[in-house]
Amino acid sequence: MIEELRQYLTFKLGEEVFALDVNQVREILDYIKITKVPQTPEYMCGVINLRGSVVPVIDMRLKFGLKKTEATVNTCIVVVEVNIESERTVLGALVDSVQEVFELEPGEIEAPPKIGTHLKTEFIKGMGKREEKFIIILDIDKIFSANELEILGSNAEINN
Amino acid sequence: MLDHLKEAFLEETRELLGQLEESLLELESDSSDEGLISKTFRILHTIKGSAGMFDYDEISRFTHDIENVFDLIRNGKIKADNHIITLTLRARDQIEKLLNNDGSSCSEETSEIVESFRKILLGFNEAGLPEKVKTCIVSEAVEESRTEDYLIKFKPSEGILKNGTNPLLLINELRDLGECYPCMLTNQIPPLETLEPEKCYLSWNIFLRTSRGIDSVKDVFIFVEDECELKVEVIEETGTPVGLNDCSREILDILSENSPNITRELKKLLSEKAKLPKTEKAALPANLKTEKCSDTGNAKSIKVGSEKLDYLVNLVGELVTVQARLSQISAQKNDPELILISEEVERLTCELRDNALNIRMVPIRSTFNRFKRLVRDLSQELGKKIDLFTEGEDTELDKNVIDKLNDPLVHLIRNSIDHGIEASDTRIACGKNETGSVTLSAGYAGSSVIIRITDDGAGLNREAIRKKAVEKGIITKESSLSDKELYNLIFAPGFSTAEKVSSISGRGVGMDVVKKTIESLRGNIEITSESGKGTTITLKLPLTLAIIEGLLVKISDEYFIIPLSAVEECIEMHRSEIQNENGMHLVKVRGELVPFIPLRERFNITGQSMEIEQVVITSNDGNKSSANSSKIGFVVDSVIGEHQTVIKSLGKFYKDADGFSGATILGDGTLALILDIPTLIKREEEMEKKLFQNR
Repeated sequence: MIEELRQYLTFKLGEEVFALDVNQVREILDYIKITKVPQTPEYMCGVINLRGSVVPVIDMRLKFGLKKTEATVNTCIVVVEVNIESERTVLGALVDSVQEVFELEPGEIEAPPKIGTHLKTEFIKGMGKREEKFIIILDIDKIFSANELEILGSNAEINN
Repeated sequence: MLDHLKEAFLEETRELLGQLEESLLELESDSSDEGLISKTFRILHTIKGSAGMFDYDEISRFTHDIENVFDLIRNGKIKADNHIITLTLRARDQIEKLLNNDGSSCSEETSEIVESFRKILLGFNEAGLPEKVKTCIVSEAVEESRTEDYLIKFKPSEGILKNGTNPLLLINELRDLGECYPCMLTNQIPPLETLEPEKCYLSWNIFLRTSRGIDSVKDVFIFVEDECELKVEVIEETGTPVGLNDCSREILDILSENSPNITRELKKLLSEKAKLPKTEKAALPANLKTEKCSDTGNAKSIKVGSEKLDYLVNLVGELVTVQARLSQISAQKNDPELILISEEVERLTCELRDNALNIRMVPIRSTFNRFKRLVRDLSQELGKKIDLFTEGEDTELDKNVIDKLNDPLVHLIRNSIDHGIEASDTRIACGKNETGSVTLSAGYAGSSVIIRITDDGAGLNREAIRKKAVEKGIITKESSLSDKELYNLIFAPGFSTAEKVSSISGRGVGMDVVKKTIESLRGNIEITSESGKGTTITLKLPLTLAIIEGLLVKISDEYFIIPLSAVEECIEMHRSEIQNENGMHLVKVRGELVPFIPLRERFNITGQSMEIEQVVITSNDGNKSSANSSKIGFVVDSVIGEHQTVIKSLGKFYKDADGFSGATILGDGTLALILDIPTLIKREEEMEKKLFQNR
């Protein structure tokens, strides 16, 4: 699945920590004003001007079934590159805060458990072990291709 | 083979095929025009030659036979009648197919067409010149058998190899013409350390004895004539030709010396050999026919990949955005020096933008020309006599627009011919000219281009449309519609004239697709029709897709752009004026009631609406709203002014967000969404319909 040493970026949604592959991260922006596109689902925050290109921003909290993100000083937009329907797309992911970048050996990553993560296993690349804690490594290609309702597992009780 | 060369060959050949088609169609109306005939011949020859060079042997062989027929026509031996032209047109299509198939696969059609051409040649050869050689169907057989000697000085330009031309092939072609003694001159080859292997340093002196005439000799070099120095000289009108075999050594010796007097020396040699020891006088130049091909003619235009142009236009777009920012800042700082520079930059940017956009503009001519063929084929197929007239072919449009315009236009023209123009006898019975006419015209109107397709056929049948629409449940039996609304029904999805399906209208593109395509180009479409007189379809298209003139408006803190082409006027509206009592959104403009859409409400923008609001009145000609007016107002907080709008796509993620055609970046870096007026109106209509049904 994952063969070599890789770096991962962790970010927080609420109290939960998630990780994603650094190779997919372009940059991290402070929270800026997002232009809402009217009559679109709430989790699609709108678009921002990223040095001349228009980049859509997604509220990760809403995507994961949490309450809408309230902007704080820690709120960040993680600009990622994802493959949606085999097309490279640049997206901004609105998260509560960004934590750190760390390395993981392939051996330190375990297959996702069938239950207990609130998320369907197909959206999880693996479970990274970090100081005796497990961090969910997300498969963001799949997350952004999917409808937000599909992401939460049937046993999702993360809501509120 | 080098891929990019092949690419260039394919592109060039497609272009040539287009020209071929055009000249054939012109030839059809005037079969005696010699200029046209030789143009056709030249095109065929070029196709044959370059196809051979790129291993498209099938095309090369195939074209050879057609070329022969046109050689006969060129020499006035046969006439370019309808049969030949139809056949050649079919052959043209076949060549196109062969091109797309990578030149392989000899289909049955190919051989059938070749067979037909051979028949023409054979028929001619047998009838015309019975005593001539029968074994060879090649056109040259009909030439006089009088031989002439030529001296050909052929010096290709250094870059000729880069174009994929192999000079040896040309010389081999000469060999086919007759007795040929080529002598290669190697004195231009530089020392090894400075030699560039991609360049051609060679030149040739060639002695040729042929009976084909000087034209055939020049034809060999026809498609390298810009890339070489070529001199063809007649050596002597030999009365008593001498055998060349016994003097080949001497000829080659003379050729290899490359002295300025080769012609004279050759002549001397031949004269001596012919045992005519007449001493030469200096009277040579008199019968020396010299033809020097021009090696000048610098390229007036260059070919550039369209993606490069797209990139350029993108960059200019960014520049326009940055410049707007600069202007804003300089206005704030109020520093005269800065303002001066900023104004200079603004002027340059404007010019640069106009120029960059202009580069992408191409005349609509080539698109129109393609339709000549379409109309010709259709009229033959349907047995209707139809003339196609075109106007304003020089009108220029963005290349991207033109590319997308082709299919809708094909569909509209097919419709005009299939359903519009009546059969000849009906036309005569109506007292009309037997030949129907379809007119394609293009022209500018402000920042738009108007394209009209006019036919003088029967016009739209109102009753039939109404019946069909009621049948399909698009309208109710009782609904009263104006003519315009009625005609617009044919653009409704699912409204197909299925009962009339023929090979022509069965292309799977409905009128609704036509309308959608035009709207995706931010244009609109309109029909006017008069029973018995004909129908006119008018397309209104923007000049370019990348940058538009927009009206910047504001609602609360959000900025929006309304395309200026849709805006009629802006008016103020006091809240007290709103006749909103029954949920009616109507405003009175000079006595006329105009429906409006409150954008603040629609877009769920929080905050109270202002005491005085602005209504931007848009006119949408193509829309089939239920009200008798096509004017719709959009209510905003304030109108800021005109704005040069560089359109940025919202991207894949927002592909479902209809109502917005993109976003643009304002001077201060904030984003403004560009409203897609027709879609917003359509959605409003649907919403009202639902409300109505729920009641």
